[in-house]
Amino acid sequence: MPPSGIRVFFDLVLGMKDVISLGVGEPDFITPWNIRERAIYAIEEGHTSYTSNKGLIELRRDISKYLKQRYGLDYDPEEEVLVTVGVSEAFDLSLRALIERGDGVLIPEPSYVSYGPITMLCGGKPIYMRTSPDNGFKVTPKDIAAYCDKNPKLMILNYPNNPTGASYSKKELRAIAAEIVRHDLVMISDEIYCDLTYDFDHTPFATLPGMKERTIYLNGFSKSFAMTGWRIGYACGPANLISGMTKIHQYTMLCASIISQMAAQEALKSGERSVQEMKREYARRREFVVSRLNEIGLTCHRPEGAFYAFPSIRKTGLSSMDFARELLKKEKVAVVPGTAFGSLGEGYLRISYASSYDRLKEAFVRMERFVKSLR
Amino acid sequence: MNQILEILEKDARTTPEEIARMLRMTPKAVRAAIAKLEKDGVILKYKTIINKEMVKDEHRDVRALIEVKLTPQKNVGFDHLAERIYQFPEVTSCYLMSGTYDLLVVVEGKDIHTVSSFVSEKLAAMENVRGTVTHFILKKYKEDGDILKQPERSKRPAISL
Repeated sequence: MPPSGIRVFFDLVLGMKDVISLGVGEPDFITPWNIRERAIYAIEEGHTSYTSNKGLIELRRDISKYLKQRYGLDYDPEEEVLVTVGVSEAFDLSLRALIERGDGVLIPEPSYVSYGPITMLCGGKPIYMRTSPDNGFKVTPKDIAAYCDKNPKLMILNYPNNPTGASYSKKELRAIAAEIVRHDLVMISDEIYCDLTYDFDHTPFATLPGMKERTIYLNGFSKSFAMTGWRIGYACGPANLISGMTKIHQYTMLCASIISQMAAQEALKSGERSVQEMKREYARRREFVVSRLNEIGLTCHRPEGAFYAFPSIRKTGLSSMDFARELLKKEKVAVVPGTAFGSLGEGYLRISYASSYDRLKEAFVRMERFVKSLR
Repeated sequence: MNQILEILEKDARTTPEEIARMLRMTPKAVRAAIAKLEKDGVILKYKTIINKEMVKDEHRDVRALIEVKLTPQKNVGFDHLAERIYQFPEVTSCYLMSGTYDLLVVVEGKDIHTVSSFVSEKLAAMENVRGTVTHFILKKYKEDGDILKQPERSKRPAISL
C-alpha cells in the first residue's frame, strides 16, 4: 500500500499555530453533558470490566429498539447486532468476514479514506466507480451495471457521504437496490452521517424490499451525538454474517469499552433533542458555506448531508495539494485536499463546516483574499 | 421555534443578509419577518449578556430572591398586586409560583442594606403582602442558559479525515 502523502500535509497543519480549520472530520460540539455524566457515574459504580463480545445486551436492545422506532428496521439484538469500536472497526470486520482473495469491491470515488486500503488488506480488489458533481457525486444504477463486468462481490455505499456530502433519496436507493439484486451483490452501507440529512428523510439501505438479507448496516454514535472519541459503532445484518464478524472481533478487539457503551445507552435515551438542534445548526452553515464558495469562484454543488462541501478548484489552475498548502501558508486556513479521498478527488477540496459560524465567516474572508491573489 | 428567532437568540448581531443566506431567503423577506416579530412583541428587545461576576455595577451589585406570600384580591387575584410589585425598578424578575408562596421576586441593589430596606419598607409593608423570605445570591454560575465563564477552546486536532 502506498504511504499516505496526506500525512505530511497533516503534520504541517498540526505544527502551525492559530490556524482556522475547515479540515476536521468531527463535530465541533462537545458530547452533551448528560452523556458525559453517565460515563462518570459508570466509573463511580465500578463498571470497569469486559462486556460480552457482542456488546452489552442492554445496549444492543436499545439499538434494536431505536432502529425499529426510527426506521421500522427489525434486528434481533441477540443475533443480528454487534457493538464495535467505532464504525471503522465494524467496516473492517465486514470486509474481513466477506472477502476471499481476489474478490472485487465496488467503491464510489471520491471515497472515505479507509475503504480502498482495507479492501486491499483483506486481499480484495477495489473497483473505483467515478462520481462527479454533474451527478451530485452520486453513483447511478448505470454506473453499477457498467462496473459489474469486473464481477464484483460487494459494494460499499456511504451516505450522507464523507467527503462529498452527497446523499440518496429513497427513489434513488431503490434503483441502486435493483442493480444489487441483478448482480447478486452484498451491500455494506455506512450510514454514520444519517442524522445529518437536510433535504429529505434518510432511508437506511436495509429498509428497501429484499435488501435486509444482503446488507450490512453500519452506524454509530460519533457524528449524531458528537461522540467521536468514545469509539462506539455497530453493525447490523443477517445472523450468519454478524456471527462471522463476531468471531474476528472476539479475537482482535474482545469488546468495546464498557464505559463508552453505557454512555451510548444514555445517548439513545436522551440525546434526540441535541441531535435535532445540531442538525438545524449544520443546515444553516451549509447554506452559508455553499453560497460563499460559489461567490468566491469555487464552484460547489449543494451537498445533501454530512458537514462537508466539496468545491472544485480547477479554475485556479492549482493542484488540490498545492492549493491547500498555499492557503495554509498564506492565510492559515486548513482544508483537506480532495486527493486524500482518492485520485478522483484531484481538483477538489473538502471543506468541513463543523466549525462555529464566526470562524467560518473569518475563514471565508481569508479564502476570498487567497483566491483573488491567484488571478 | 422559528429559525430566525433561534439564530437571533444565539447572536442578536446576525444581520438580515446573513440570516437570509443561512435560510435561503431574500434579505427583504428576513427583514419583513423580523419587523413583524418586533411589531407582534415576540421580539421585545436586543441585549448584550454581560458577565456580572467580572464587572462592578455599583447600583446592581447585590441580588436577592424574595419569596412573597400574598392575600389574593377579589376579581383580580394576584395580577394586580404583582403589577404593583414589578413596576419597581429594583425588581428585575417577577414570577407567580405554585407551592408554599405566591410570588418569586428578584431584586437588585447596590448592597445588602439597600436590598433589605427595599424589602422591608416597600415590599413587606404593602397591603395584602402577608410575609416575605429573602435569599441573597452569593455567586452566579449560570444564567439563562449561559455559563458565566470563558468557554474553553476546542481541544480537537485541527485536521482529521
